[in-house]
Amino acid sequence: MALLSTADQDKLRESFGEMTSNVRVLFFTQTLGCETCLHTRQILDELPALSDKIVIEEVNFVLEKERAAQYGIDRVPALALVAEDDTGEAADSRIRFLGAPSGYEFVSLVQAVLLVGGRSPSLTEENRQKLAAVTRPMTLQVFTTPT
Amino acid sequence: MAFANPNITAYAVEATEFPDLARRYRVTGVPKTVIDETVEILGGLPKDMYDEKALQNVGS
Repeated sequence: MALLSTADQDKLRESFGEMTSNVRVLFFTQTLGCETCLHTRQILDELPALSDKIVIEEVNFVLEKERAAQYGIDRVPALALVAEDDTGEAADSRIRFLGAPSGYEFVSLVQAVLLVGGRSPSLTEENRQKLAAVTRPMTLQVFTTPT
Repeated sequence: MAFANPNITAYAVEATEFPDLARRYRVTGVPKTVIDETVEILGGLPKDMYDEKALQNVGS
């Protein structure tokens, strides 16, 4: 059963139509002991149907520990967004989601996919220049609750 | 911000699913932003203020 209404699907299809590069969503998951992994899978399954530029790749958190570590993932469900150019060359966006992207977080996920997919960033050139001063690794965590 | 600078990694964390993280970072309300485990911002800020907070932390 689709989680999104037909009207929402149409709107999203139109937004995703503006994407210029492919986005691979790495979905870190495990079968046992993860209450929201299945729900996350159901949410993610909506996306590829709306754009041929979106690919979901399931990564087994238990079996692929090294890959999880590579993306800084220490719990599930988790998502890592990766941009892919036409040759399949991947570029990590360093944008992660921990927990099921339901409710308003789904909107955040859609925005992140659009950004990684080539939509112009909401930060101004001035913002970007200022941020260039960050020359060592920095981690931002934004906590939200389901709405 | 992560998209703008390769040194920055951004996590959107669902607080109710991970109470251990919510406790560790004293999440008493949302949205709450934590920069490098040290700078804590409760509530939303105007977009430009996030730059300032990030840069303050660079100097520390």
